[in-house]
Amino acid sequence: MEEIKEQIGHMPRIGEPAPAFEAVTTHGKLKLEDFKGSWLILFSHPADFTPVCTTEFIAFSEIHPELQKRGVELLGLSVDSVSSHIAWARNVEEKTKVKIPFPIIADLNKEVSLAYGMIHPGQSKTETVRCVFIIDPNQIIRTILYYPLTTGRNMDEILRIIDALQTTDKNAVATPANWRPGDMVVVPPPNTQEMAEERLKQGYECTDWYLCKKKL
Amino acid sequence: MACISPDGKPTESGSKMLRALQAGLKSPEEIAKEAGLPLFRVRSGLRELSQAGLAKQRDDRYGLSEKGAELIK
Repeated sequence: MEEIKEQIGHMPRIGEPAPAFEAVTTHGKLKLEDFKGSWLILFSHPADFTPVCTTEFIAFSEIHPELQKRGVELLGLSVDSVSSHIAWARNVEEKTKVKIPFPIIADLNKEVSLAYGMIHPGQSKTETVRCVFIIDPNQIIRTILYYPLTTGRNMDEILRIIDALQTTDKNAVATPANWRPGDMVVVPPPNTQEMAEERLKQGYECTDWYLCKKKL
Repeated sequence: MACISPDGKPTESGSKMLRALQAGLKSPEEIAKEAGLPLFRVRSGLRELSQAGLAKQRDDRYGLSEKGAELIK
């Protein structure tokens, strides 16, 4: 337990470079740098051939075309072997007709899991919890989501975060609660008194000087 | 090995990449477009093909080695 605690001492944080790795996957040996220039969703699941994970893999496969339209690649991970991943993917396809189109890391030595803080010993010392790391084309971590073993992830929210991050990057704005593409976006708050006074005359929809929205 | 089978023959994706290299030196982006493969697969595949002596790298571009050219004749 002490050893695991020591290994998970460093947890990656938003805004930091994503930890580099070279890993065996169902699509061959892949390095993080192979994804440079694309957005990447690196996600972990507790184990192959388990019910919640199976529903999640089907759901990730279903949003894969939408992610591709947005320039996003998917990369799964669990502490299972490549043979297990292949057998599970084939089983999912046979039983549900859904083909898993993205690679899955076989992290048997837990190298990637530990580098990304995916093992939470309070939940399991051997399985990864349900993590989602959204990594931008410069390989900076932009979002981290952690779900417990018993709760499957929400694909709408993952797509919404991608849309929000890409909108933010493109337009230098922020997105309010429950934002959806097409909704008004938040204009960054002014930094000086002069800018605050000017802000109210700029034609934005303002609740007050610090909360102004605009249409894109 | 994603591009080369255990028997030493190129897989379908490996063959697509080797065919894309036939016309001369290309960047990974050009190979991905021509082979219809994701860029990350092409980057890892090129490492594999180079290690197997089937492709050669010149600066940021890749071409077929003599062995690679012989293989897809």
